[in-house]
This record gives sequence, C-alpha cells and structure tokens, in this order.
Amino acid sequence: MKLRPFRIALVLITSLIPLALIAILVFLGQYSWSAITFNGWHFLYGHIWNLGNLYADPIMQRGQLAPIGANYGILVFIVGTLLTSAIALLLAVPISIGVAVFLAEGLGSNLRTILSFVVELLAAVPSVVYGLWGYAVLTPLIAHSIGPDLRSTLGFLPFFAGPIGSGYGLLAASLVLALMVVPIIAATVRDALSQVPLETKEAAYALGATHFEVVRRAMLPTVRGNIIGACILGLGRALGETMAVLMVSGGALNYFPGNIYSPISTMASFIVSQLDSAMQDPTGMAVRSLAEIALILFIIAVITNIIARLLTGTSRNVSSV
Amino acid sequence: MSPPFKPSRMARRKWLSGAGWAFAAGSFLLVAAPLLSILYTVFRKGLSALSLNLFTHVTNGISGGLLNAITGTLVLVSGALLFAAPVGILAGIYLSEFGRSRYGQVVRFLDDVLTGVPSIVLGYFSYVTLVIGLGWQFSVLAGSITLAIMVVPYIARFTEIAFLQVPNSLREAGYALGLHERTVITRIALPLALPGIMTGVLLAIAIALGETAPLIYTAGWSNFLWNGRLIHEPIGYLTYVIWSFINQPFSSAHALAFAAAFIVILMVLVINVGLTILVKRTRPRRPGQR
Repeated sequence: MKLRPFRIALVLITSLIPLALIAILVFLGQYSWSAITFNGWHFLYGHIWNLGNLYADPIMQRGQLAPIGANYGILVFIVGTLLTSAIALLLAVPISIGVAVFLAEGLGSNLRTILSFVVELLAAVPSVVYGLWGYAVLTPLIAHSIGPDLRSTLGFLPFFAGPIGSGYGLLAASLVLALMVVPIIAATVRDALSQVPLETKEAAYALGATHFEVVRRAMLPTVRGNIIGACILGLGRALGETMAVLMVSGGALNYFPGNIYSPISTMASFIVSQLDSAMQDPTGMAVRSLAEIALILFIIAVITNIIARLLTGTSRNVSSV
Repeated sequence: MSPPFKPSRMARRKWLSGAGWAFAAGSFLLVAAPLLSILYTVFRKGLSALSLNLFTHVTNGISGGLLNAITGTLVLVSGALLFAAPVGILAGIYLSEFGRSRYGQVVRFLDDVLTGVPSIVLGYFSYVTLVIGLGWQFSVLAGSITLAIMVVPYIARFTEIAFLQVPNSLREAGYALGLHERTVITRIALPLALPGIMTGVLLAIAIALGETAPLIYTAGWSNFLWNGRLIHEPIGYLTYVIWSFINQPFSSAHALAFAAAFIVILMVLVINVGLTILVKRTRPRRPGQR
C-alpha cells in the first residue's frame, strides 16, 4: 500500500471534529467529577441551590471539601428548561408546519424566494437580539396586554390564573424560544415537502383531491419522519438556548413556577447568570457543579441531536443544518 | 355529466381547504410580524443612538463609544476564522472526496451533532480547559477557539456540498492526464467549489458575530482597545454590550446596547443578503450532482 501524505493529513484534520466532541465530554466530566461525587443523585431532584457559607472555613463533606451548608440541586432549572421548551414547541410546531406548507406549496416561485428569506432572516437574528427585543417589546406587551388577556380568557385553568408580574418569565421565554425554533422546523419541513415525488401528488390530484387535500393527505404523511426529526432538532435548540432566555425569563432561583407568568431559570441561562457568584466559592465546588449542569446539558443535546439526525437523515440540504 | 360528489360535501371540502390555506398564510404572518417588530425596534432605537462618537471612542463605564467592542468583535471573529476555515475546509474536502468510508459517515454524523451542542456548553468547556486549565484567563485566544469550535461544522458541511457538486468527469479528466490526487483536488475541484466554500465561511462569520454565550466566560470584557496580547488579556465585543448594558438602569447604557444591536444586525443582514445572492449566482452554474 502506497503512503499518501495528503490523504493522511486530511484524515488527521478531519478527526478534530469527533475529537472536539470527545474532549467536551471528557474535560467537563473530569472537571465536574468531584461535584458529581459530592452532589450524588440529589443534584437532579433537589430544588435548592445554595452556595453555603463562603466566609466560614470549608469542611469535608461526603469526601469533598465544600462550604458549610453548600447544597446544589437543579430540579427547578430542569423544570424550567422542560417547561419553556415544551410550551415553545407546542406553539412552534403547528405554526412551522403552516409556514412550511405556505412556502412550499402556497406561492409562486418569485414570491417564494422573497418570503423564504423572511424565515432565513429569523434564523439569522442573533439570540441576544431576540433577548433585547424580548426586553424592549415582548415583556411590556405581556405585562400589559397578553397576560391580562390570557388570564381573563383562560383564567379558569389553574396555570393561567394568578399574578402576572412584570412580564418576565415562563411565557416570555417560551414565546421567544418558539420564535427561534420556527425557522429550524419550517426550513426542514419545507425542504422535505419540496422533495415529495411528483407521482405522489399527481396520484392524489387524480383522485379528485383539492390542492390543500393533496398537501394534507398525500404530502404531509409522506414527510412525517422529517417532521418529527425537525421537531426534535428544534427541541435541542430550545433546550440549550441561553441568552434570549436569560434576558426575558426573570431568573428565578429555588422556586417552581406557580403559573405561566412566573419567573423561571433554565439550565443554560442559570450557568451564565451564576458563574460570577460561583467563582466566589474558594473550594471551587460551585463552579464544578455548574460544570456538571453543562455536562448534563451536553449529554441531553447530543442525544436529542442523534435522534433528530437519525430521523431526518443526515442533512442533505444545508439550509436545514 | 353529474359531479362525482354531493354538492354539499364538495362545498364543505372547499371550505376546509380554504381554511387550511388561511391557517398556512396566517402562520407565516404570525412569524413575519415579530421579525418586522425586531428589525423596526432595533433600527429605530439603534439609529437614534448612532453617532460618530461610537466609532471613535472606547466605552467609558456605561457611556462613551463602542470602538473597543467593534474592533474586539472583528478580532474575535477573524481569530475564529483563522482556526475554523482551514480545519473546516480540509474536513469538508475529506468528507466529499473520501467520505464514503465508515469513518467518513461517522464524522459527517458527528459534524451534524456538533452543530447542535448548546453554545453555552462550548463556552463552559473552554472556560474549564483554556481559561482555568491552561491558565489563559479571559482572552482573545480562548474566545476565538471557542467560536471556532462552534462554526467549524458549518464550514465543513458547506465545503463538502460544494465539492460534491463538482462534476466527476472533470476529476476523471484530470486523472486521465496523469495528475496527482492532490493536484486534481486543489487545481480542478477547488476553484469550482470556491463559491460554495465562501457561502459556508460567510455563514460562519454571521454566526460568530452574533454569539454571546460562548464568549462571556472566555473573552470576558474590556473597556480598552485590544493591545495585541493573545492571552491574559480580556477583550470587549458588541454582543456583550447588548446583553449587559440593557440591564443597567441608565439611558446612556440602553442607547449603547441598541446601537450595538443595530451594528450587529446590520452586519448579519448584509451577510445574509450576500449569501442569498451568492447562492443564486452559483446555482445555475452548478452542474448535475454526482
């Protein structure tokens, strides 16, 4: 066998991509290991995040040096992450499919190019700008009109009753997330719809179906797998979104949301908001516990993405990356 | 000839179809309205905060200019490209030319997975390894490498697709002339794939420009102009201003935040319009896939 230096160089460079993933897992795991042993399973079901007494001498607890009274539980943030993502998807999925159908089937080719650009722009807006918009436009809107309206119409449901507060919270975070997830799902579904074989459509037309019935009965069922994959892809994005959520969620600590207007924190937003205070811990246990959150977030993201990619097939179309 | 369906049923189906299209169009409006609102808000408040001062002075507390942030963003993004472009392009070449092996499939899959890793996780990873582990502290190098890890998978993917669209007959012609594998790739395929690669790099720039979470704990923040040091020296960037200054209870801070958002979104918009044109220009010239 001939030695091919060019090809070997390519293989080595290419291997940096899987290596990056492995390095993230290994180094986050190694760094947070003492926190993992200190926190145990309590980390996942405890709901109090307490740095402990940072001014007293730290003591040995559960084999690790940690401040007195230190207790790290992230259930509140897990709940916050799951709730925001779930509500966001609940809103985003039907709308995304509507947008995808509209763009793929409802328009002439000129208008399609222009309006598709709108969806592409939505994907291109940086998350911190979404946060800024949430701060300047959305949260006042929730506090003064969306919130009161929701409460007066759906107030008989427990989750929609109660104080509305400042507008920062679960609803604001979910709405912003929904907006950020729509372009991902819509683009993937639109691309899948445009690849439905002409024969499938023609067969439905031949049976006397209207244009919308062709879409609804023949095309959407064909791309069902892609739709599910796209939704999971969107879920992965929503679970890990940081800045936009951080800026509109109100940053709750140690309590569960009472209603849909309550302030919350997600795992991702909590990491950013807490690192400054965690650095005050001389034992480093708080920073390592934050690393444990990052590790869990990483594992969740990798699993959701693997499932999504298996369902949609490795993305052939770059606009859905 | 009588209609195949009862008229009442046909009317109902027509009505339902109309409702379906109305839902589809309504969904689009529901999505387009916030985008317009975002652009309107950022442009209105950003433009009114814009002044020459922003481009000539550095940030002073919560007022002053944005020169340090603008140059910082450019430094960080260029640094990220310096790492990400060679790696991404070479990985993309491998994936397209030799990527049908098992290894190629695995890398392609993991490349997609890497795009799904939350940016804050990448930021924390770099914080743990580079900022603390290697003792670089908040620095240009730590920030750039973090951004590079983020955008590498996009560049690799776009490069792969660009190379796949180069017709195989051209490669075969090269081999028939006795050219080396390396020469065929760099002299024949690369020039044809260049617009596609550029698309990927532009997208990477747009992503890197707008990122915040991976930089907060790798690049830090600085009121001063970058002094050229790669490590041990924090650096400012525009998205930090947006996030941090909007939480200050001062109108000068808010004005800076909106001005920064305006500059960021303007750059992202320009790049995206450029991308659309680039993709359109290159599409007709793209011959059949292999």
